[in-house]
Amino acid sequence: MSTQTESNTDPHIFEAVAGQSVVLEARNLRKHYAVKRGAFKPMATVKALDGVSFRLQAGKTLAVVGESGCGKSTLARSVTMIEPPTSGELHYDGRDVVGRSAAEMKELRRTVQMVFQNPYGSLNPRKTVGSILTEPLVINTAMDKHERRERAVAMMGKVGLRPDQVDRYPHMFSGGQRQRIAIARALMLNPRVVVADEPVSALDVSIQAQVLNLMMDLQEELNLAYLFISHDLSVVRHIADSLMVMYLGKPVEHGAKDVVFTRPRHPYTRILLAATPRVNADLRADRVVPKGELPSPLNPPPGCAFHKRCPFATDRCAAEVPPLRTVDERLVACHYAEEMN
Amino acid sequence: MPLLDIKNLSVEFTTRAGTFRAVDGIDLTVDEGEVVGIVGESGSGKSVTSLAVMGLLGSNGRVVADRMMFAGRDLLTMPAAQRRKITGKDVAMVFQEPMTSLNPCFTVGFQIMETLRVHEGLSGKALRNRAIALLEQVGIPAPETRLSAFPHQLSGGMNQRVMIAIAIACNPRLLVADEPTTALDVTIQKQILDLLVQLQRERGMALILITHDMGVVAETAQRVVVMYAGQVAETRPVHSLFERPRHPYTGALLDALPERALGKRRLPTIPGMVPGIADRPAGCLFSPRCRFADVRCRAERPALFDVDDGRARCFYPLPDGHLAAGEAL
Repeated sequence: MSTQTESNTDPHIFEAVAGQSVVLEARNLRKHYAVKRGAFKPMATVKALDGVSFRLQAGKTLAVVGESGCGKSTLARSVTMIEPPTSGELHYDGRDVVGRSAAEMKELRRTVQMVFQNPYGSLNPRKTVGSILTEPLVINTAMDKHERRERAVAMMGKVGLRPDQVDRYPHMFSGGQRQRIAIARALMLNPRVVVADEPVSALDVSIQAQVLNLMMDLQEELNLAYLFISHDLSVVRHIADSLMVMYLGKPVEHGAKDVVFTRPRHPYTRILLAATPRVNADLRADRVVPKGELPSPLNPPPGCAFHKRCPFATDRCAAEVPPLRTVDERLVACHYAEEMN
Repeated sequence: MPLLDIKNLSVEFTTRAGTFRAVDGIDLTVDEGEVVGIVGESGSGKSVTSLAVMGLLGSNGRVVADRMMFAGRDLLTMPAAQRRKITGKDVAMVFQEPMTSLNPCFTVGFQIMETLRVHEGLSGKALRNRAIALLEQVGIPAPETRLSAFPHQLSGGMNQRVMIAIAIACNPRLLVADEPTTALDVTIQKQILDLLVQLQRERGMALILITHDMGVVAETAQRVVVMYAGQVAETRPVHSLFERPRHPYTGALLDALPERALGKRRLPTIPGMVPGIADRPAGCLFSPRCRFADVRCRAERPALFDVDDGRARCFYPLPDGHLAAGEAL
């Protein structure tokens, strides 16, 4: 296990880019939930997040991919401090989050904001765009009404909305425009990190392209760091700098985008890539057809959590948990990573 | 003779804001054993088309067509009772959200057996055995025990398999799948699409696959219908459509895919949005968003013209299939 701890504490040697500071660092984050299974049965533990570490640099995008139930959204909830992690460390700009007072937490929470998946559900239908955008300022700043409105109008221009629509309600906007409103709201407090949970998966292709372009423009302009959660690998390939593939609460492969996409070393990454439908017939990978479904997190299989669906699994995989280790410029948790080519 | 033959189908909805034409004069033919993909963005009328084919539109939807034939029988003049005998038997449908389209109050077994009871008149042991065989066919492990499971006890992928089992229960000649994998993970999506194609081949069934995902269509369909604002924009065999789109809308849609923009930082986009109830342009419906539109496009509605191996609704079809490279908006 020593290799795991070691690599978990310093896994991102190959991601470091000179001149960009690390704004967010997670070390061995865990989030366990106790769930009831019945009146007379003992409580069970769901390990929704089980040892996740990463570093996020200013101006960079880390994409987190995996199937539903792999812990992507729990990770987002932990990182945004909506829920405290069960254990592990979270540092913003080198400041540890754990053990802060309520006032300090309030201050820290401003540095990270979130954009949700469904722009139809994440905006209050009874509030105008103006009041949606100024609400963070009311809570977190001492600006007066006039100043707040000015900021909201300016932000609308920045995300490509017409400022004269500031008094309209969300239902008067299309899905793409609503997602722009959601992005504007996330940026009102000048965060350093934006956590985007499937921000374009509810949008049509042409609108998706507009929102992705906007996100990349804003990143460049404001030097934002994105934690980009998605299941769409072609979107991830376009927007991300590095990639973390998760399976049942644990990272299984983590490294720079090009390394992972061009030479995936974990069978699960390869299966995800092969399962992504491609328009271009030349890009369609050899068909490693995925078997079965994600196992219940209440009762994960022993050994490697993926071995029951893995076409390459051996007896060793059923018995021994593969540690996350460095192979070929990325971190990978597979006993046979060297042989995956 | 095609299995499904639709000519000039329109569907209008009466709303408080006026009459809205969700589907505007589309032609659609599907041959026996053919896989036709219908793609389009939300609001393009692809789902309404399928509901019209199934006869499942609500009372405020008005269906008008010159011809709507299924296997030589006229669906337009057929009495409702007879139509219901076809729907669910010869033409079956798989809906988008397996979690909400199954009835949560009944077991999976009951819902499969209901179809078999109504259409095939089966009962007792024979009925149960058919249901088990169907669940086995769609790849559900331990089918005997699953019969008594409720939808909430199964995963989304398993529920979609149940939906497919219900749809193929009576050996339909045409299966309409409306976004069958949109709510599912990519790995499960792959399994479900493989299953649909396998069933389609084994049974020689025709399949209409409705989706917004270009990749899914490219990998599954033989012929593709691209819809825009209730009309057919382009219809072509799958390979030539993706290689050489002729309608500017198809070209722009393909260019907006991140997969096609490798190496480019900005994705080409389509400005504006699909016209709604109040802002339908006088000319070509795509003209306000089209980079190539001229005076004629803005004044006159183009018909579906023959191009190469298909048809495109454009006065000036793209010559080489690509919006001039590097000129992206």
